Amino acid sequence: MKHTISVLVENHFGVLNHVSGLFSARGFNIDSLAVGETEDPTVSRMTIVATGDDRIVEQILKQLNKLIDVITVEDVTGDDMIDRELMLLKVSADQATRNDVMQVVNTFRAKVLNVSPDTLTLEVTGSESKVDAMLELLRPFGIRETVRTGVIALSRNRELKMPPSGIAAEGPVRKSASKKTASSSRKKAVSKAD
Amino acid sequence: MELTGAQIMIKCLEKEGAEYVFGLPGGAILPTFDALYDSKLKFILVRHEQGATHMADGFARATGRTGVCLVTSGPGATNTVTGLATAYMDSVPIVCITGQVATHAIGSDAFQEADVMGITRPVTKHNFLIRDVKEIASTVRKAFYIANTGRPGPVLIDFPVDVSRAKTEFIWPENVHIRSYNPKPVQTGSSYTADQIRKAAATINASKRPVLYVGGGAVVSGAEKELFEFVEKTGIPITTTVLGLGIFPETHPSSLRMLGMHGTHYANYSVQGSDVLIAIGARFDDRVTGKIDKFAPHAKIVHIDIDPASISKVVRVDHPIVGDIKPALRDLLKEVKNLRPQIKDWTKQIQEWKEKHPLKFKQQGSEIRQEYVIQQVGEITKHQAVVTTGVGQHQMWTAQWYGFSSPRSMITSGGLGTMGYGFPAAIGAKLGRPKETVVCFDGDGSFQMTMCELVTASYYKIPVKLIVMDNGHHGMVRQWQQLFYRERYAASELGKSNPDFTGIAQACGVFSMSIQKNDEVIPAIKKILAHDGPALLHVKVARTDNVYPMVPAGHALDQVMDMA
Ligand SMILES: Cc1ncc(C[n+]2csc(CCOP(=O)(O)OP(=O)(O)O)c2C)c(N)n1
Repeated sequence: MKHTISVLVENHFGVLNHVSGLFSARGFNIDSLAVGETEDPTVSRMTIVATGDDRIVEQILKQLNKLIDVITVEDVTGDDMIDRELMLLKVSADQATRNDVMQVVNTFRAKVLNVSPDTLTLEVTGSESKVDAMLELLRPFGIRETVRTGVIALSRNRELKMPPSGIAAEGPVRKSASKKTASSSRKKAVSKAD
Repeated sequence: MELTGAQIMIKCLEKEGAEYVFGLPGGAILPTFDALYDSKLKFILVRHEQGATHMADGFARATGRTGVCLVTSGPGATNTVTGLATAYMDSVPIVCITGQVATHAIGSDAFQEADVMGITRPVTKHNFLIRDVKEIASTVRKAFYIANTGRPGPVLIDFPVDVSRAKTEFIWPENVHIRSYNPKPVQTGSSYTADQIRKAAATINASKRPVLYVGGGAVVSGAEKELFEFVEKTGIPITTTVLGLGIFPETHPSSLRMLGMHGTHYANYSVQGSDVLIAIGARFDDRVTGKIDKFAPHAKIVHIDIDPASISKVVRVDHPIVGDIKPALRDLLKEVKNLRPQIKDWTKQIQEWKEKHPLKFKQQGSEIRQEYVIQQVGEITKHQAVVTTGVGQHQMWTAQWYGFSSPRSMITSGGLGTMGYGFPAAIGAKLGRPKETVVCFDGDGSFQMTMCELVTASYYKIPVKLIVMDNGHHGMVRQWQQLFYRERYAASELGKSNPDFTGIAQACGVFSMSIQKNDEVIPAIKKILAHDGPALLHVKVARTDNVYPMVPAGHALDQVMDMA
């Protein structure tokens, strides 16, 4: 099953190497990985889509959590979440087919970015399945090139909160600052085991 | 006052309480060595950087304190990889500082440049590249903190030469805090709950055939007292992994000694027959479990470990207890009861197994058996020496025959199985515990991988006692070829090409002797132990003995092969 994992990491040198290296070293497959700065410039958010059974995903979460630069990890798959992917694609479209292509574009509320005599360059945003569906409908016209960002996701209700940054005098702070999420994910693991 | 980055680095090592630094200089790390020249840190110059990492590792395992290495860029750094991987697999705290080319040259294939961050990522708990002289102090602080908290492990600091030359004010950060790293789950409340302890205890209290299975994590946690009390209170039989040896005295009637591929019959039968298996600081390595889907088939599993990722990684755990073992055991101890009455049949059964299948070896003529040498060293040192080993048959025989009685006394590469580990590790261990006898049991193959450090032991007069078991083979490889490769002995014989070991030792200034008859064993052991300085005993042993009992790879633990 596909899992969407949201990870907050320190925004500095070598972090991506640690995360991607972990996946290859442990033989976990990444379907997609998107990363960018958050509202706090010292922190990046990675959205990782990975496929595996519960046991593999449990290991992925634990191993990610072990990485020193990882601040918070959550499997947001079951959450009520908003997930989006952006795709740019160049599709063949000459005079004979352009109208048909435009129909698909309109249905998916995609944007035309560039028109040439025999191609259209399009932008579409949506859930992964929407993007897939549009790609399938355009395939018969001839796909020249595509590029996709990978999924990014935010939970509607849950926020991955950050521990305070900087040097704190009182000693170590819990890995996942949001008490509720930490204990509920622990509970999940326990109830599974008990 | 402003200091150079190199001076700051050395000051930081002093502040962290480092006593010894193991390493070897080179271009990119020269400013740091120059600063070391003025320091009270004791530097041990090795002959190969692999040796430096194993010495730091041996020091750390013997003392519980973090070992430190200092080497140059490129080849110096890549030579540490085996040692880092060895330490990583066995959770040993090391901080390794590697020189690096200047920051502006990184990525340009400069002279002696290697992508050390990339190369060492999979074999370190964490690694750092310092890019600003102002980051040195906080980085070193973090590195030591990460290395020796939580589940310990090696940390590497890549230190570009221009950063080591740059100057800044030295400010020592008193506190260290890393927001993304939480090594003390107990204090911060994210570890086990009272409810989990109660449930685990209820399962244990209801058991009829319980067994404790204890690994290196218990040694790291320093939980020997708690473990002893636990066994005394409950009467539950206890077996250990190779890294757990010494955490519980093997002379105790509840000891089942070591389990796994070369474990005792009775340890393996007990685990297979158990209804509750209490795993403590152990990680279900395949050399321990045998065929995993046939491992402890009737057992409910309680698992205490500080690393949540160890839990349910290999086998499904029924009662996970995440946290430091020492306090966790203390909490569990309050809830468990004396089980002796209800497990009487079980302990009787185990006693029968013990009587029927003791560890054994056959003495024949004057030929020397390794088991006998190890057993005699055990007796003569009253089972109190710090022991290190290489990898192979001699390692397994050491585990079986020395008779370990205290923690941090068996220092061996359990996870990675690194030949060549034993001798440099012994040097590090001896420096860490100078008052104790340190003996390395090595194979003729293993020893040759790091024997250049004879010079180091000799130069610094580090009185380690090295016993080289010369069976003229890569014995463990030979054993597998005999048993599983139809006696086709490809590249496992060393005999004809082995050097004159005593001659080599002498050439390096190390006292040495050679024996080949059984009645020479005891006097020779006494002589090298009494010698004031490093000593090598070369023992010509039986050439084609096999280690038994043996559970062939991929078999269930109770499918044991033994000698006729
Ligand atoms: C660095 C390294 N290379 C290869 C091996 C594979 N290996 C495992 S045991 C062994 C033979 C060891 O021979 P020796 O040190 O003489 O010990 P013996 O088995 O004879 O006691 C070999 C080659 C290893 N463990 N480590």
